[in-house]
Amino acid sequence: MSRLNIELPGLTLKNPIMPASGCFGFGKEYSQFYDLSTLGAIMIKATTVEPRFGNPTPRVAETNAGMLNAIGLQNPGLQKVMGEELPWLAQYDVPIIANVAGSVEEDYITVAKEISQAPNVHALELNISCPNVKTGGIAFGTIPEVARQLTKKVKAISAVPVYVKLSPNVTNIVEMAKAVEEGGADGLTMINTLIGMRLDIKTGKPILANRTGGLSGPAIKPVAIRMIYEVSQAVNIPIIGMGGIQTAADVLEFFYAGASAVAVGTANFVDPFVCPTIIEELPNMLETLGFEHISECQGRSWKKHEQFAYHRA
Amino acid sequence: MIQKELCKIISQTEIATNIYELTVSAQLTREIVAPGQFVHLRVASGGDPLLRRPISICSYDRNKLQFTMIYRKEGHGTSLLTKMVAGMEIDILGPLGNGFPIEEVSSGETALLVGGGIGVPPLYELSNQLAANGVHVIHVLGFQTRAASFYEDKFLENGETYVATVDGTYGSKGFVTDIIKDIQFDCLYTCGPTSMLQAIAKQYPDEKVFLSLEERMGCGIGACFACVCKQTDDPTGVSYKKVCSDGPVFRAGEVLI
Repeated sequence: MSRLNIELPGLTLKNPIMPASGCFGFGKEYSQFYDLSTLGAIMIKATTVEPRFGNPTPRVAETNAGMLNAIGLQNPGLQKVMGEELPWLAQYDVPIIANVAGSVEEDYITVAKEISQAPNVHALELNISCPNVKTGGIAFGTIPEVARQLTKKVKAISAVPVYVKLSPNVTNIVEMAKAVEEGGADGLTMINTLIGMRLDIKTGKPILANRTGGLSGPAIKPVAIRMIYEVSQAVNIPIIGMGGIQTAADVLEFFYAGASAVAVGTANFVDPFVCPTIIEELPNMLETLGFEHISECQGRSWKKHEQFAYHRA
Repeated sequence: MIQKELCKIISQTEIATNIYELTVSAQLTREIVAPGQFVHLRVASGGDPLLRRPISICSYDRNKLQFTMIYRKEGHGTSLLTKMVAGMEIDILGPLGNGFPIEEVSSGETALLVGGGIGVPPLYELSNQLAANGVHVIHVLGFQTRAASFYEDKFLENGETYVATVDGTYGSKGFVTDIIKDIQFDCLYTCGPTSMLQAIAKQYPDEKVFLSLEERMGCGIGACFACVCKQTDDPTGVSYKKVCSDGPVFRAGEVLI
């Protein structure tokens, strides 16, 4: 019996582990290391209507226990993703979550409408939180009413459930989460990166050509845990948690906070095998801790014991 | 095929000021197909530094299943790397990228190898393989100063070798670009600082020139899009090459540097 299978809107996951968008391309690079069907799902790189080159280099800078990136949503554009990347991924038995990005509302709607029709796309991840593009992206992710409206419009035309990716760069994350829930979001994914900056010690100037970038990696894990802890108690839609996950223990911590599945991002760059390794280690860790199924861990940090009893019955 | 392997360190020596030669025993040596490929080293198992370090392969021996890297102690990651000694194991991902095309020059022809600083190491295996193919190899190596220079004697075994130092403490004073002006060649291979690569590409617009580029990398396998560069011939403005997986070696003129 599997201890790891999870049902979420649009997604039947054999396990709750998936690579995070932007950290896995469209899967090809990692397919040389392991069978992508091992994964619970794949969150593919953000797709925009037109191809994008992204930002100038340097695009990454390291920090203690993390990294800053300012890639700038480089992607081959909707047509190529529909015509080449998604059909290639269809050889694997793995649901795809398509990350949808844009500069204006119409962009999101155009991409969402078409990409949600792809047979292997089982859900959308609405990217209203990319910190590295000048227009759109984060503007939609920091004003609750704007986020609610966009969610509603995308939800109206999408053929599959819509998850909204929340930015941590806000004063009140709960307010944002509630707004997109009101807009009809089927789930949340959180957190995107935290805006940060590094300066060159010799020149005194920013290392990233974009000046600022998104901080990811283990450094941001406590922020993600706190935000998921708060949001999961305030909304009634599931959360796919992310932010610095490297190990099976990290995964459980995200579940305890209130996540129902998780995504692994930066750790893929350090160890290409990190996702299958976590998937392999999780059942033993659950066994050791006395859990029959990973879903028993969900929300443990704030749920009362009676609720656990109820769920088991 | 790229492997991830815990490799045993055979030796590590400081061969010049802040320049270290590191030899490891590795099954992945079997997978190395060309000089100029690189590996990605994980120098700390914790999170500091988090990412791997891209280091070029200086020479390899398929029979012994060993390869050697030369790197410069520069920041926190490479400083940690210098602390590792023979017998310890290091997590290596590789081989990565596409190396120098040795078939571009034939027996009896002349290859000019131009290296600057820590761009010199990958040219050593290239020199060995070209010399073994009967190619006449000429080396021009540039360093900041005498104390930072290395491997001149090894390159000399394969052919003429000229050294330049920026401060004039060894060889001729100045840059490699001054020395190579008078040298005739059929094919030029180079690795070093971007300013040097730009100067060489500009100096020989019509010759056969191959450049090995350096860029800040995330994953090293083409997934993160950190190390992209623009293609020269690009009417759309969105064409790109990834230095890690399409390069690091490109023909001059192929990408914007």
